[in-house]
Amino acid sequence: MITVDYAKVDEILDSYRYDPSKVIAIMQDIQKIYRYLPQEALAYTAKKLKISEARIFGVATFYENFSLESKGKYVIKVCAGTACHVRKSAKVLEAIFQETGLSRENPTSEDGLFTIEIVSCLGACGLAPTMMVNDTTHSSMTPEKAVALIRALREEAEHEA
Amino acid sequence: MRLNTLEEFRAAGEAYRRLLEAQKKKVLVCSGTGCVAAGSLKVYEKFQDVMNRKGLSFELELEEDPHKDLVGLKKCGCHGYCEYGPLLRIEPAGLLYVRVSPEDVEEIVEKSILSDEVIERLCYRDDGQFYAKQDEIPFYKKQTRLVLEHCGRINAESIEEYIAVGGYQALAKALFDMKPEEIVREISESGLRGRGGGGFPAGRKWSQVAAQKNFPKYVVCNGDEGDPGAFMDCSVMEGDPHRMIEGMIIAGIATGAEDGYIYVRAEYPLAIKRLSIAWEQAEEAGLLGENILNSGKNFRLHISKGAGAFVCGEGSALTSSIEGNRGMPRTKPPRTVDHGLFAQPTCLNNVETFANVPLIIERGAAWYRTIGTENSPGTKTFSLTGNIKNTGLIEVPMGTSLREVVFEIGGGIKNNKEYKAVQIGGPSGGCLTNEHLDLPLDFDSLKRAGAIIGSGGLVVMDEDTCMVEIARFFMEFTKKESCGKCTPCREGTKRMLEILERIVAGEGTVEDVEMLEELAQTIQAASLCGLGKTATNPVLSTLRYFRDEYMAHVVEKRCPAGSCQKLKVFRIIPKKCKGCGKCARNCPVGAIQGELRGLHRIDPEVCIRCGTCAANCSFDAVEEV
Repeated sequence: MITVDYAKVDEILDSYRYDPSKVIAIMQDIQKIYRYLPQEALAYTAKKLKISEARIFGVATFYENFSLESKGKYVIKVCAGTACHVRKSAKVLEAIFQETGLSRENPTSEDGLFTIEIVSCLGACGLAPTMMVNDTTHSSMTPEKAVALIRALREEAEHEA
Repeated sequence: MRLNTLEEFRAAGEAYRRLLEAQKKKVLVCSGTGCVAAGSLKVYEKFQDVMNRKGLSFELELEEDPHKDLVGLKKCGCHGYCEYGPLLRIEPAGLLYVRVSPEDVEEIVEKSILSDEVIERLCYRDDGQFYAKQDEIPFYKKQTRLVLEHCGRINAESIEEYIAVGGYQALAKALFDMKPEEIVREISESGLRGRGGGGFPAGRKWSQVAAQKNFPKYVVCNGDEGDPGAFMDCSVMEGDPHRMIEGMIIAGIATGAEDGYIYVRAEYPLAIKRLSIAWEQAEEAGLLGENILNSGKNFRLHISKGAGAFVCGEGSALTSSIEGNRGMPRTKPPRTVDHGLFAQPTCLNNVETFANVPLIIERGAAWYRTIGTENSPGTKTFSLTGNIKNTGLIEVPMGTSLREVVFEIGGGIKNNKEYKAVQIGGPSGGCLTNEHLDLPLDFDSLKRAGAIIGSGGLVVMDEDTCMVEIARFFMEFTKKESCGKCTPCREGTKRMLEILERIVAGEGTVEDVEMLEELAQTIQAASLCGLGKTATNPVLSTLRYFRDEYMAHVVEKRCPAGSCQKLKVFRIIPKKCKGCGKCARNCPVGAIQGELRGLHRIDPEVCIRCGTCAANCSFDAVEEV
């Protein structure tokens, strides 16, 4: 369970001058810290912005980038956009699911290492199929390259630990 | 340095031009999303290392005092030829090196920078011929780069370089030599049409906003390029952010708006970064903010980051998202020009439209009309992707034929396969087939063919692509992205997807195909916004041109392209089967029977078409029919 550091949330709110029209940017900044939106932080933000919890929850659930559940250390976005689709991105996705034991229904690994997301376009269509690990784009993927990448990430995490 | 007056701006322009010209050689490393993913930043760093080690004098930014033999090393915008990244251009020779790796850098510095040699192995090659100069490569030869003229030619993170090549001149002209109504007239006369998809005349929109007496007004730039397979706007924002910002400021002066918002999708972190840098630089230079160049005009810029919703590309949904709400469209009228952002008059255009503006103001409407066609003047950028040899970002005059784009610029279909169709305009667009190859690409011709230019994504498909599966793919996308506000779109796309899923699984009927058409017409007529109204285009256009493929799926239970997994039939070739039993052991559902050393058979009733048998057979005895 994560404990929310309200001082940090205050700092974020302050930087947007408690402007309710900036609620999306505020939530993006909160999510940057926790990699998801903890419920307590949302309730606190709603109170401070003087908007209802229902409204902030409504906005948070509308947009795909917001998550109300915690995510893995490595968020892997596999592109399933048109260009990637016609260059067989489905096989890459399948290989990643197999290697990590995850699925569409169960996208985050229990050890908190990986979250797999399927996205529509990463804007690097010329190098399809593509995928993104956190903020780094990987191009011209094959199932083999994807598996190797996941293994490398696992090792990297082990080293850090 | 803050530029306080027009004179200071002109003097600075002169000074920057001299500094840029003082660079004896320029090394332009592509740092668009594609090339960065391919490792171009490592090449950039390696150049610094090598040149430092060799004691060469080089600069990353324009510096105050130029000296002899200076090399300019730059991170620039997208060169467009993404397939061959990381790309590197060397000026003044105009060389283009492709697939450059850090290991090549030492040699490049030795041969092409310290001396004037061309390294053949790094040049683009086709049919045994090599091309040293970028402009000679067939991919570039047929293009007219106007909106993208600076992409790949200047440092994308330097306002000095942008000013040095003539940037912000159009703004100065708009501020000091033109009245707001003259700017609007120039844009109207140029015939510029919105590049976001609809093709609405930009001049008419601007004059409607300018006529409003209700202040404040806003300028909004739609950078929410959500169509999968499109990255033109991304490249403009990354490669030449000042050009687009300059267009927005001019729109502000013309329409009487003092605040501008750029809405960029969060999936474009590099575009957001470059825009933020440009924004800061322009403010610091006094080209954005209060009293620009002492003209008495103000224009403040804001950047709003999207959070992942395709529907936010629709005007009213986009403004609703900037206001901090769910990005849902509303009933129109009132239109955005009357009742847009914060319920005020709003001039909303997309990235490429704004990027065209400085060109028109500087060179005039009459010049602009000499490019493109009568009713669609100017150029259009397209992202060329899919099963094509040369993928990348291109720009051609409106009215260029599809054949020229696919076969001359794009180099034809990959792996010598047959051309089947092009999907244009993403999930809102349609497909163009063999019979459309000579169709001129402009707003009106495409509309007649049942497609749209959309934002300009061109996905090329070969003979192995199943058109029913493509229609299903797009429907899955729109179903997921439907915001849920109106029933026809929310429920209709769901039902259409269910039918398409049945058809590709071989469980569809002829009635299903008819139902698809009926649903499509209803959704088109009754949806609230553009997303729903156009969501059925991929189905309608594939039905129009590839009805026989739908019929093969529902009647013969066969996929003509051989792509639908569930319609594949596996068979054991009696002559090749040795009866080893490996297939039977590996079959996950026990569909294969046969005695050891005897012929094995697959029971099609039990088979789930997974292909494990074919993958495991040591004698290639399992075929797919």
